Amino acid sequence: MAYDKFTVLKSAAVPMPIENVDTDQIIPARFLKATERKGFGDNLFRDWRYNTDGTPKADFVLNNPIYSGEILVAGKNFGSGSSREHAAWAIYDYGFRCVVSSFFADIFKNNSLNIGILPVQVSPEFLHKIFTAIEADPKTELVIDLPAQTITITATGDSMQFDINSYKKHNMTNGFDDIDYLQAMKEDIQAFAAKSMY
Amino acid sequence: MSKIPATLFDKVWDSHAVRKIEDGPDVLFIDRHFIHEVTSPVAFLGLESRGLKVMFPEKTFATADHNTPTINQHLPVQDPLSANQLKALETNTAKYGISHWGLGNPRNGIVHVVGPENGITLPGMTIVCGDSHTSTHGAFGAIAFGIGTSEVEMVLSSQCIMQQKPKKMRITVTGTTGKGITPKDVTLYIISRLTAAGATGYFVEYAGEVFEKMSMEGRMTVCNMSIEMGARGGIIAPDETTFAYIKGREKAPQGQAWDNAVAYWKTLKTEEGATFDMEYTFEASEIEPMITYGTNPGMGLGITQRIPTAQAAGGSEASYAKSLQYMGFSEEEPMLGKKVDYVFIGSCTNGRIEDFRAFASIVKGRRKADHVTAWIVPGSHIVEQQIKEEGILDILTAAGFQLRQPGCSACLAMNDDKVPAGKYAVSTSNRNFEGRQGPGSRTLLASPLVAAAAAVTGVVTDPRELI
Repeated sequence: MAYDKFTVLKSAAVPMPIENVDTDQIIPARFLKATERKGFGDNLFRDWRYNTDGTPKADFVLNNPIYSGEILVAGKNFGSGSSREHAAWAIYDYGFRCVVSSFFADIFKNNSLNIGILPVQVSPEFLHKIFTAIEADPKTELVIDLPAQTITITATGDSMQFDINSYKKHNMTNGFDDIDYLQAMKEDIQAFAAKSMY
Repeated sequence: MSKIPATLFDKVWDSHAVRKIEDGPDVLFIDRHFIHEVTSPVAFLGLESRGLKVMFPEKTFATADHNTPTINQHLPVQDPLSANQLKALETNTAKYGISHWGLGNPRNGIVHVVGPENGITLPGMTIVCGDSHTSTHGAFGAIAFGIGTSEVEMVLSSQCIMQQKPKKMRITVTGTTGKGITPKDVTLYIISRLTAAGATGYFVEYAGEVFEKMSMEGRMTVCNMSIEMGARGGIIAPDETTFAYIKGREKAPQGQAWDNAVAYWKTLKTEEGATFDMEYTFEASEIEPMITYGTNPGMGLGITQRIPTAQAAGGSEASYAKSLQYMGFSEEEPMLGKKVDYVFIGSCTNGRIEDFRAFASIVKGRRKADHVTAWIVPGSHIVEQQIKEEGILDILTAAGFQLRQPGCSACLAMNDDKVPAGKYAVSTSNRNFEGRQGPGSRTLLASPLVAAAAAVTGVVTDPRELI
C-alpha cells in the first residue's frame, strides 16, 4: 500500500523500557480475524492496556496522559515473534510513525518499512539517554531526520546517526513501495521464471 | 582463478536472485508461496485496489488452519469473524485460480505440515508464507521464511520478494543425544543458549551428527523454531533421508524428472572451507529434556534444573521480574513437580506422526491425570489417519484421551482452544509469550515426551523416569 512520505519528524515520545516486546503483546491473536486493514489501533497492546472488564490499566504508559507523540521508544528486541503485519498496522493506526529501539526483530522491521513506519535502531547507550531525558521531562521532543539519518534529543542536544539502506530510504522519503518497483520489472521476472526447474 | 567455497544458503539464494540492488535488497524469485486465511485477505484487497493479477497462481497453495475448530469440522464455523476469514480465502483463491485445501478437504491441515507431506516442499526451493514458522521448510534444504501481508501482496503480484540477504550462521551439534532427548529438546537447548534474539539478522545452517541422524519430522521441528531465536530461517543440507521422505509424494517429481532433481539436490551442501559470519558448536550429551519457565522461548532450562536468578539470566532485571511474575514463578524454584492444568500436543512444531508416536510411548499402559485437560491435535488429516492406522488412537483412548481434528488449535488460540487465565499448560507448540494460548494463560514449552509425562502425572515430570 502506498503511504505518506516520511522526511523529518519532530515529536514527543512514549517510553516503554521493556525488553523482548513480542507481536502477541502488540496485537493479541484474537484480534487478527478482520479481513480489512482498519481499526487495529484500538487493540494495540490490548492486554497490557486494558483490564479484562475493558477499563484502562492506570499504570500502563499509553493510559498515562503525560506521555504523547508519534514516536514509541522501546527496549531491545522489539517486535519479536510472529510475521503478522497486523502488529505494525496497530502501531501505525494508533498514531505512531516511528519506533526507536536498540534492536528490532527482522520481520517486524521489514513490515514497518513496508507500511511507512520508520524503525530507528540506536545504541543501548543512546536508548538509555532517551529514557533518561523523557523521565526528566515527558514533553522532551525527539527529531528524526530521515534524509540526514540522525536522531536528536532536543532537550540535551545529544544526536546519533542511524542506518537505513538507500533503497528503503528512497522509498520512505518518496512514499513508494516495493510493489511499484516489482511491477516495473515484470519482463525480467517472466524470463527468470521460464528457466526455473520448479 | 580459484572459486570461493560456497555455503548451501548462498547456492540457493544466489540462484534465485533476479536482480541485486546496490545498497538495497535483492529481488528474490519465489518457487512456492503458501497462504492461509489470516494474513492473506488484506493482500488480496491490495491487489484489487491496484488492479493487479496473481502472476503465477500455480505456484501458490492455500490451506485453512489458524481459525479452524478442532471438533465438529463438518458443522458451520460458529465464530462469525473466523467464518468470514475462511470464506474470504475460499472466494479469493477461486477468483484467482489458486489451489485451496479448505476445511473438509482431505488434504487440509496446518500449512507447514501439509506442504512437506504432499511433496510441495522440495530441496533448493525458495518458499515464503505470511507466517513466521515458514522456517519449517528449511528442513528440506530450502530457503524458507515468514513474511508480512504487504510481502504476500508482492509475491502474489510478481512472484518475487525484495529482501536484504541475511548474514550466515552455522550451528553444529556434535555427538549423540541421550535417552529421552527429542529434536524439540535440541532446539529449545540451542535457543536457551543463544537467547530469543541471538540469531536476529542471520540465516542458520544446522550441521553435525545430530542433524544428520535426525528424521525429517525432527529436522522440521528444529527449523520451525529457528525464528524463536530471531533467525530468518534455518536450513539443513538435503541427504538420503530427505530424498526417501519426498519420493512418491503426490506433487514430488516422478520418473526422469525425479532423477534429474536428485542429481541437482545432491549438489546442495556447504563446501569445505566456506565461511560463516558466526559459528556455534554444542555437545549433544549436554542436552537434557528441556522446559521453559518464562515468557519467551529463550527462557528455557533442563527439566531437573532450577529457575535462574535475574543476574544469572542476564538482560534487564525489570523485564525478568515482570516475566516471572506473569508466570507465578520465583527465582531458584525447581520446575519438577509443578502442577499442570493443560497439555497440548500439536502445532506446526510437533503435530507430525513422529510426535504422536513419542507421546503414545509414554502414555501406553498409563492413565491421564484426572485434573489435566489434554488437547491432542494432529497437524493434518494425513497425520490423523496415520494415528488411527498405527494403533496410536487405541492407546490414547485406553488412557482416557480424546483425539481432536487438525488445525493450529491452542498454539495461538485463534479458535476455541484457549487455556484459561492463570492456568498452566505444558505445550509442544513454539511460543510461550504472555497470553499466547489465551489471555492470562501460562505456557511451558516442551517436547512430546515431557508433555506426555505431564499428562499422566499431572505435574512437570522428567520423562526419562517413565521410559
